Amino acid sequence: MSDDVQARIATAVNSADVLLFMKGTPLFPQCGFSSRAIAILEHLGVEYATIDVLQDPGIRQGIKEFSDWPTIPQLYVKGEFVGGSDIMMEMYEAGELAELLEEKGVPHA
Amino acid sequence: MPMAASDIEAMIKAALPDAQVEITDLAGDGDHYSARVVSESFRGLTRINQQRKVYDALGGRMGGVLHALQLSTGVPD
Repeated sequence: MSDDVQARIATAVNSADVLLFMKGTPLFPQCGFSSRAIAILEHLGVEYATIDVLQDPGIRQGIKEFSDWPTIPQLYVKGEFVGGSDIMMEMYEAGELAELLEEKGVPHA
Repeated sequence: MPMAASDIEAMIKAALPDAQVEITDLAGDGDHYSARVVSESFRGLTRINQQRKVYDALGGRMGGVLHALQLSTGVPD
């Protein structure tokens, strides 16, 4: 994996408070897990950015190495890897995702 | 090539012998599963690290062969 891709990912995760690496776009998610992740972020009423890994094979592979996590979507908050859609769902239901956003000072509904 | 539910369960139990594993075939196509894994060995771990243990048990198949495994983890009551 090129250092260039890793550097681009590092820049991206630090450039948005809430960043989701996903398949497709928020309006047209290309897999059920990405769709679920978007639904959770919408319910939280938080501002977020997304990166469509289907548009860039380098990022698609590189993000798995960056996080040492083999599946997509992947959520980052303030540069920190939170997890995939299953973890997001469990945390959302337990109120922990909202708590995390508060701890990190990220506004949400 | 998809994996059989029994193979997924066997791999998880090989790595986590105490685990209770419940696998549901979500779409009836042998390709979309959900797995609930409960193990004492998860106690005290973050959700991420609980899931990492299951991913490790599946030996690199997550995200590849198993692109559609929905996972939840927990500790025994």
